[in-house]
Amino acid sequence: MNNQFGKITTLERVLEYFHDGMTIMFGGFGGVGSPPTLIEGILKKGIRNLTLIGNDTGFPHIGIGKLVSQERAAKVIASHIGSNPFAGKFMQEGKLEVEFSPQGILMERIRAGGVGIPAILSDIGVDNEIVAKNKPVYTLNGKKYLVEAALTAEVSIVYAKKADEYGNLIYDKSARNTNPLVAMAGDITIAEVGEIVPLGRLNPEEIVTPGVFVDHVIPSKGGDWKWAWE
Amino acid sequence: MGMGVEIRNKLARRAAEEIRNGMVVNLGIGIPSLVPNFLSEDINVMFHAENGITGMGPSPQKGEEDENLCNAGGFPVTLKPGGSYCDSSIAFGMIRRGRVDMTILGSLQVSEKGDLANWIVPGKRVPGMGGAMELAQKAKKVIVVMNHCDKQGNPKIVKQCTFPLTSSACVDMIVTELAVFQVTEHNLVMTEIFPPYNIENIVKNTGCDFKISDNLRYIPY
Repeated sequence: MNNQFGKITTLERVLEYFHDGMTIMFGGFGGVGSPPTLIEGILKKGIRNLTLIGNDTGFPHIGIGKLVSQERAAKVIASHIGSNPFAGKFMQEGKLEVEFSPQGILMERIRAGGVGIPAILSDIGVDNEIVAKNKPVYTLNGKKYLVEAALTAEVSIVYAKKADEYGNLIYDKSARNTNPLVAMAGDITIAEVGEIVPLGRLNPEEIVTPGVFVDHVIPSKGGDWKWAWE
Repeated sequence: MGMGVEIRNKLARRAAEEIRNGMVVNLGIGIPSLVPNFLSEDINVMFHAENGITGMGPSPQKGEEDENLCNAGGFPVTLKPGGSYCDSSIAFGMIRRGRVDMTILGSLQVSEKGDLANWIVPGKRVPGMGGAMELAQKAKKVIVVMNHCDKQGNPKIVKQCTFPLTSSACVDMIVTELAVFQVTEHNLVMTEIFPPYNIENIVKNTGCDFKISDNLRYIPY
């Protein structure tokens, strides 16, 4: 395999980006489509006080849940933490700050970050004191909207089924979920992939994430967890 | 929900009666996930999942699960012919744009005005709203399927919700093991009863006034 764009690399190399107190955005939904090798690597590096941004906090031993249950996160921005009891526990104990965002609006905030838009207007939860708390309200055509700030991160980590040398990505069924959005919102985006193929091997009509958004590609070693349904 | 299988199936079967040909339907976890078992074969429906699936089929056989094909609750599903995958923002775009015809979900409380409270048990559990706010606020029809009373025997259909709201005035219909209610612009109306329960049982276990339909149906299953 050539490496014409220098994007194909190793876990060891990309782990240099990760440090205490940083913001990491992760792809995945209930652990499905989260990058297992990257998460395990971040865990082993032992960094702390992370701000994690993504759909949910996974399960205690699945996906990003590993970092949460082992107390590596200081803050989480997510729509749901119910499947990881540690997240709720640490939140109650004051060890973990949680910012809840309605799921689809969270996705739009991430997309906005990824496409260079500073904020979006939303009517979801506009009268809900928990959702509306500390958010500016903007009136447009006589209707009230919340100003929902865009989200970006120092590093985004995603999982994809295949990448080519340029980092063009295609996903696997419902493991696509939040990954294409998260992939756009990182200052640096790292894709962990099931297979790396030469340029020209992916059908250009079927590429979901253009490699423009992807800085590094590493091969996946696969997940080491057992799903709740197994 | 602490409800027997038979009763859970009855509620799912009743909710399934609402699904019409050609609809896009989002199902919550628990009893709503049983609804597809009660659809007649001549009904074509696209089941929608927030993570990014349109056209979910039944659960796979044991051993045939695909870890990368799961519903929003994280359980393995299949894809029907004509089904498709998208990212989660598009899945919610379908909801907010009004393309999802119906959502069937559980709740902790519903008020007589159709306020929905299903995301926080104060002092106990704060799991987060997930996609519930968007579904409640934007799905064209919102059906709540739930126990009539909570574990302590308190009514869950109330004058005013005491739990934090997911969304206000959004519920169209409530199905419990006792009865079916429609939330209209002016009143809560009981339209159907599950025998052997009677009007007296239901009044006693409901936390607000309601009208009784002139064409009260006794559900035959």
